[in-house]
Amino acid sequence: MNSATLEAEDIKRAITRIAHEILEKNKGTENLVLVGIRTRGVTLARRIQDKIAEIENTQLDLGILDITLYRDDLGAGKQNPVLKATEISFPISGKQIILCDDVLFTGRTIRAAIDALMDFGRPASVQLAVLIDRGHRELPIRPDFVGKNIPTSKNMKVQVMFCETDGEDRVLIINSKD
Amino acid sequence: MTLANRDILSIQDLADEDIEAILDTATSLKEISTRKIKKVPTLRGRTIINLFFEPSTRTRTSFEIAGKRLSADVINISASTSSATKGESLLDTAYNLEAMNPDILVIRHGSSGVPQMIASHIKCPVINAGDGAHEHPTQALLDLLTIRERHKTLTGLKVVIVGDIAHSRVARSNILAMRKMGMVVTVVGPPTMIPVGMAQLGVSIHYNLEEALRDVDVIMMLRIQLERQSQGLFSSFREYSSLYCLTAEKLKNASKQVMIMHPGPVNRGVEISLDILEGPHSVVLEQVHNGVAVRMALLYLLLEGGNEDSN
Repeated sequence: MNSATLEAEDIKRAITRIAHEILEKNKGTENLVLVGIRTRGVTLARRIQDKIAEIENTQLDLGILDITLYRDDLGAGKQNPVLKATEISFPISGKQIILCDDVLFTGRTIRAAIDALMDFGRPASVQLAVLIDRGHRELPIRPDFVGKNIPTSKNMKVQVMFCETDGEDRVLIINSKD
Repeated sequence: MTLANRDILSIQDLADEDIEAILDTATSLKEISTRKIKKVPTLRGRTIINLFFEPSTRTRTSFEIAGKRLSADVINISASTSSATKGESLLDTAYNLEAMNPDILVIRHGSSGVPQMIASHIKCPVINAGDGAHEHPTQALLDLLTIRERHKTLTGLKVVIVGDIAHSRVARSNILAMRKMGMVVTVVGPPTMIPVGMAQLGVSIHYNLEEALRDVDVIMMLRIQLERQSQGLFSSFREYSSLYCLTAEKLKNASKQVMIMHPGPVNRGVEISLDILEGPHSVVLEQVHNGVAVRMALLYLLLEGGNEDSN
């Protein structure tokens, strides 16, 4: 059974709220930069970038992170997708980084992303923004900005779809029957 | 992404989609070499042995840097300082190195087929870093990457390869790779340096350099192997260079977008003139630059690209 938990309007409102929360917590846009984790974290980061531009009239820098090279399950027999490039064209030392991803689950992707960021410099802080927090953390990582908390069981799949990559805005919960 | 083969001995071991994947992965990995801290943890705890029985600057350094940028431990062995000088056989050397559990063995040897022979006796994956007059697959891959970056495509491009085709492993690997990718290949050189069987590979032959350069997209010059002069393949360097040295004069009818390649080491003034080597069409140093990325991509794909058979 599949069910949609967020429709396009819900996603829009969640991103608007996250953008306001980011600005509130950081008291504006000074030293603020966005980094999206490939693939849908980048879309989330772009949406937040647009929203902040709308509110504050400032275009934040946006970096793209591919965390494949930092994964802890490489060589564990999984098929990896073809590696894509990391594109962070600005210095990150001293910046407040908003790290963006679509779904927060075990926290292992975020661990890899933080390790990757540290190879580029010493940011003032790294804050985490996610559209969905589905629980089941395996590492001591928590988000700073959340679109929606969705309690799930471990064998469920949460699929975030964005117009840019999937043709429509929607979040699906997929119950996989074992 | 998984490569079709666990050893990289010949371009023939690679499927067309493998070549695309290697080039795409290499393109993604280039960014690491532009960082201040040029290292990612991907191959931490992996061991790569470079076993070189022939002199090399570019290839050996390039493999070493590629391994180190991915955090692998890289050990270099050159024949002159190994037990090969005490008469240890090739296979014994290979078995002994394998007993120390390397994850990849990179082999260069002056005789064709040595990497293949060693690979058939040991379990560890083998990469051919140049064997005799047979193949130099990683050179062909870095050449393709350099061409694709400039021309944005490979299919349909016209390339001429100039020099001692018969004795060149670079030429052989490039011809195989370029034909796989749908490029149109012509070889140019004195008849003594053109091997038989070019037609079967879908390659045409030309003996006049200036004419062959009309309308081509890529010119690949090969090194004249000084050690072969005694074999009588050409009568003198002066005669060879008057006919086949790439000069501004011979290039006058070539396209404005033509790119000029050379695998190195260069004999300045023999196969290519100094002003052309250092001129705007030359991509010789881009080739070296791309060599690191291509070798990083191969190490990554062989060791961490995922394997459907493993658990």
